[in-house]
Amino acid sequence: MRFTHIARSLAVALLLLLSGSAVAALEIEDRKLYRGTGDRVISVLSTADLAVFEPFILQFQIEQPDIGIDYQVASSTEVHKAIRDGAAFDLAISSAMDLQFQLANDGAAQAYSSPTTQRLPVWARWRDQVFAFTAEPAVTVISRERFAGLDRPKTRQELIALLRQNPEVFQNAIGTYDVRISGLGYLFATQEARNSDTFWRLSELMGGQGAALYCCSAQMIDDVGSGRLALAYNVLGSYATERIARDDRLEILELEDYATVMLRTALIPATANDEQSAALFLDRLLEEGMRDTPETWDLPPLGAANQPEARAYGPIRLGPALLVYLDKLNRGAFLRAWSDAMLQ
Amino acid sequence: MSAAASRPFWWRSIGQRLTILLAVIAAVLAILSWWMVTSFAREAAERTQDNVLVASATSIAEALRSEQGTILLELPYSAFAMLDAIGEDRVFYRVAADGETLTGYEDLVPINPPDRPGDVAVRTLSFRGDLVRMVTIQRTVLAGQQPVSVLVSVAQTRTGVEAIGTGLSRTAAVLSVAFFLLAVGLGAFATTSSLQPLNSFAQAVTRRGPSDLRPLRRRVPDELSPLLIALNRLMERLGQSIRRSEEFIAEAAHRVRTPLATVRAQAELALHTVEKDNEKQMLRRMIRAVDESSRSASQLLDHATVSFRADALAQDRVDLAELAAKVTEGLEPTAEMKDIALHLDAEGPADVRGDTILLESALRNVLDNSVKYSPAETEVMIKLSKDDATHWRITIRDHGRGFSADSLPELTARFKRGTNVEKVVGSGLGLTIAEEVLQAHGGRLELSNPQDGAGACVSLILPAA
Repeated sequence: MRFTHIARSLAVALLLLLSGSAVAALEIEDRKLYRGTGDRVISVLSTADLAVFEPFILQFQIEQPDIGIDYQVASSTEVHKAIRDGAAFDLAISSAMDLQFQLANDGAAQAYSSPTTQRLPVWARWRDQVFAFTAEPAVTVISRERFAGLDRPKTRQELIALLRQNPEVFQNAIGTYDVRISGLGYLFATQEARNSDTFWRLSELMGGQGAALYCCSAQMIDDVGSGRLALAYNVLGSYATERIARDDRLEILELEDYATVMLRTALIPATANDEQSAALFLDRLLEEGMRDTPETWDLPPLGAANQPEARAYGPIRLGPALLVYLDKLNRGAFLRAWSDAMLQ
Repeated sequence: MSAAASRPFWWRSIGQRLTILLAVIAAVLAILSWWMVTSFAREAAERTQDNVLVASATSIAEALRSEQGTILLELPYSAFAMLDAIGEDRVFYRVAADGETLTGYEDLVPINPPDRPGDVAVRTLSFRGDLVRMVTIQRTVLAGQQPVSVLVSVAQTRTGVEAIGTGLSRTAAVLSVAFFLLAVGLGAFATTSSLQPLNSFAQAVTRRGPSDLRPLRRRVPDELSPLLIALNRLMERLGQSIRRSEEFIAEAAHRVRTPLATVRAQAELALHTVEKDNEKQMLRRMIRAVDESSRSASQLLDHATVSFRADALAQDRVDLAELAAKVTEGLEPTAEMKDIALHLDAEGPADVRGDTILLESALRNVLDNSVKYSPAETEVMIKLSKDDATHWRITIRDHGRGFSADSLPELTARFKRGTNVEKVVGSGLGLTIAEEVLQAHGGRLELSNPQDGAGACVSLILPAA
């Protein structure tokens, strides 16, 4: 997830898009092996950064010292591709719930049921194959410095008005996902476009003001922190909260009209070698997610889906409707519309 | 009998037979209804899924359009969102124009697709390891000037349908078992209450005394009235036949008694005229034999009288003290012949309600027995006393051989005599007559061997008026 580039040019993005499907080898961004006392090692393919997950893994190894964990980080599209093509991983964790759903729908996941999975809310599991363990809203992060003297908008309507009235503040100072390369950005954008027509007006406005497009939340937050950006729209809330805790130049803009809530999900691939150990890891993962405040990570708990602004549409539904925006015709149409709005 | 023995035990009782047959019927109906509900539920769930699939495929087909010769499609969000309705099922789809896949799963090839536009084909097939239900719709889209046939297929696994079917089937099974148990309970109740008249009928017949041949008068169900009528006719015929034979016996006894009296008188006369001792002896034996015959004839007559009069018992006021005195007096001559003293201890009034002739006959027969079985030169006590507040007791105590203990209970049976009566002539009717009379009056006869010394003790107990 952590690419080094800041903002990609259109050419690079298009190149990636064209060549994306042709990439055969799995692009691992980070990898660490946590040895256990026994021979058992489960390989976990995940989109979550090592820094986020390490405390959990260490805690898990205290409880299950004989299980070793080979933790590998890749982008959500890489995770999807690897599992779809039958790479042998024991657990796949991804923030792209649509791709995870597609894997299960296409038969790449295996069913697992335990008292822990049964305790999950119905909306947090599908066919006992895909399990959600976080409910993460998309948030808007602003730079306190750049927002000095401006009212904090409460709704997207007010945000649109604010952007219109202060072009000098926001010209070339808005960041958002490049939905063509970010699976998560695409998910947020499609769900928001489905729920509210303000999305397109906002997109057009941001496009008109020369919004910078990013692959990942972390870079956007970095740039807001440095003051390069005044506002980053649809940033993964969990990353923002974690950063704001140690960087007071940042602030989360509380938009009360609605929030798009994504579920971070895990599944046991059909190709798993050690299902039993993977199941132990999965159960522990879900237990952590069902706590009111998880102890080992900064990711929000499943209970976050019940917050007032998240309740407007509820978390993104784990169901066949997720396939709609994965359809190549739909994806093409959506990206065309998005490009028309964003790249004027 | 052998046919009945080869049947199962429950076949012998109508109640059990009905209960078990009703239970079997209930079980058959319960299973049948469970099976029907299950298959209807499954069919309904399947039809619902088919309808949702058709709606989904239709909404996709309607989103098809063409622009400058190319066919365009934007999948409606609702087309897939609605597939969530049945359960968590895998979803596959394919849109193909002239056999070329436009979008979706390329390997989802419809079998027997519809030929004409607007037609719908619903099939079940195996896809990627699961049984799926697939709906295919054909639509013709004009691409430029060229009509292109587009097939829209939407398929879904059947997990949700099966879960609904299984759940409803389980519910139906529980309900069927409950209905079965209810039906068995109600069946048992219905059986018991239907058979109740038969049972009470049987009890009414059983409760009757051995000589009660009056017709049964009770309301019975239609099915039982032929039985009741037949039974009453049988009892009537039986009663007539008994009466006829009693009458015949009475007539015979009566006819025998008169010539016997003549024979006795002649023998007495002859006794006075003969001189030789052996001839006198012979005549005395003859007189005794005639006496016995005459006594037996009397008893037969008494018995017939009892049977006859007990049917319509008179309710006269009878003083037992008076009665006892009269009977004792009547037997005085017979007792004297054997030098037996009769001691009467009866103080009136001791009133009872009943038939004087019958009560006299009862007392006479008992007393006659005592005199007969007593050795010469002994005494017989007749004592009238209060048995309890509502009963009178006449006790007749002799000093004869008493009753043999082993035959005590059956002595009152007709023609039954004790096992220790050798050498004494008797008919065995005396105690039977007494007991029948007492029973007809609501009293009873008590036989015992007194603790203090030899002899027999007979008590006649009668309710006070």
